[in-house]
Amino acid sequence: MNPPASAAPALQARPRVGAGYRLQWEPTQQSWVLLFPEGMVKLNGSAGEIMKRCDGARSVGEIVADLETTFDTQGLQADVLSFLDIARGKHWIED
Amino acid sequence: MDATRVQAVPAGPLQATNGTPLWLLAELTYRCPLHCVYCYNPVDFALTERELDTEGWLRVLREARALGSVQCGFSGGEPMVREDLEILVAEAHRLGYYTNLLTSGVGLTEERAARLKQAGLDHIQLSFQDSTREMNDFLSHTKTFELKQRVARMIKANGWPMVMNVVLHRMNVDWIDKIIEMAVDLGAEYLELANSQYYSWAHVNRDHLLPSREQLQRAERITNEYRARLGDRIRMFFVVPDFYENRPKKCMNGWGNVFLTITPDGTALPCHTARMLPGLAFPNVRDQDLRSIWYESEGFNRFRGRSWMKEPCRSCPEQEKDLGGCRCQAYLLTGDAANADPVCDKSPHHGVVIEAVQKAQRPDAQRVTEHPLVFRGPKESRRLTEGKRVEA
Repeated sequence: MNPPASAAPALQARPRVGAGYRLQWEPTQQSWVLLFPEGMVKLNGSAGEIMKRCDGARSVGEIVADLETTFDTQGLQADVLSFLDIARGKHWIED
Repeated sequence: MDATRVQAVPAGPLQATNGTPLWLLAELTYRCPLHCVYCYNPVDFALTERELDTEGWLRVLREARALGSVQCGFSGGEPMVREDLEILVAEAHRLGYYTNLLTSGVGLTEERAARLKQAGLDHIQLSFQDSTREMNDFLSHTKTFELKQRVARMIKANGWPMVMNVVLHRMNVDWIDKIIEMAVDLGAEYLELANSQYYSWAHVNRDHLLPSREQLQRAERITNEYRARLGDRIRMFFVVPDFYENRPKKCMNGWGNVFLTITPDGTALPCHTARMLPGLAFPNVRDQDLRSIWYESEGFNRFRGRSWMKEPCRSCPEQEKDLGGCRCQAYLLTGDAANADPVCDKSPHHGVVIEAVQKAQRPDAQRVTEHPLVFRGPKESRRLTEGKRVEA
């Protein structure tokens, strides 16, 4: 399925974890967590999988493709874009 | 992968997950160049002599990380007086902590800032030192302001988020507009306007520090006006003193639940003021590993959960919400740490809080106190604790 035209610029962005945030896997919590000044957000599985791919090198389009390959599924684009919108709004990622 | 549920669990300020000590507060030293009248360090701090050495702290960092700690706060006293601060920050960073430095900025030179950045320090919380003379400096924008400007520039230059913390009280709360404007001028992204909590030195000085209701309402209104005007430019947190509430705070998010404090001499505490509680032995990291301290020691188990509660907490439908409030406040104001926090209006001791609040409404409240303002310092500490000994 071709992405709608309006999604094209968003797919070219190369998000990375926001300045002042630290993303890491926590064995004791069995989850990815995002750390920031005096706080923590525990990410669920899907959010963790997306966030850990936000390395500033890969484009959103590549992240979507990688997720679809890794999890052997299709049609993740809309969900990934909407999560990234939320994450951007919270400064968890920046482009 | 279930992409229809792509969302994060909002944890906000560190929430309890499975009772692991997510927050490690490393109080590296009680030494401090300042004399803040609301300092939360114990009043008898001068009796503590032997600080943990570098090796001791490195072991604390490793053991707490193995238990699941993710946030590490380096505090004091003034942590900058420890010359091994950079070594400890570097190890904490390497272990996977988010590293926070809680400092007044005194002693932070360009060189040290560069070394701390190199070590992997994630965040500096710059607090406002504020004894009367220094407050005057601040209000007249002289010495203190220059220091803060210099430190703020260093924080910015090193790419750290700029978080300012100002303890509010009766003597500075009326200047809240100036405080906010200063934080904006310095480029702060976060500003914590935290009213003093009444423990330790602030307990000694309470009648001088507790603001009137009118002062508080005005300060909160002005803060809201600035919020509306400044929008996203700065995030402001305004913390009301719990003396003005009817229900207590869920202190430390539960005893022995999220927070682990290690004092300069290596004593492990469930909160930074718990050492004042009589009849409770708190273990020392020199004698015991942190795992057994956290899970097995009497000090950490004593007020965990709800089984220790007496009436009115025992049968209270809200007991889960606040867990009976603060044990230290219960002890300081009622003489028994197992009582309900008297901030709660269901407490039979609530009258002591009402009385303090009523006293604070008098315009001459500061003049009717039993003693002049006591500045934190080793000499005063010894005077206030004469004859008392602390085992370390």
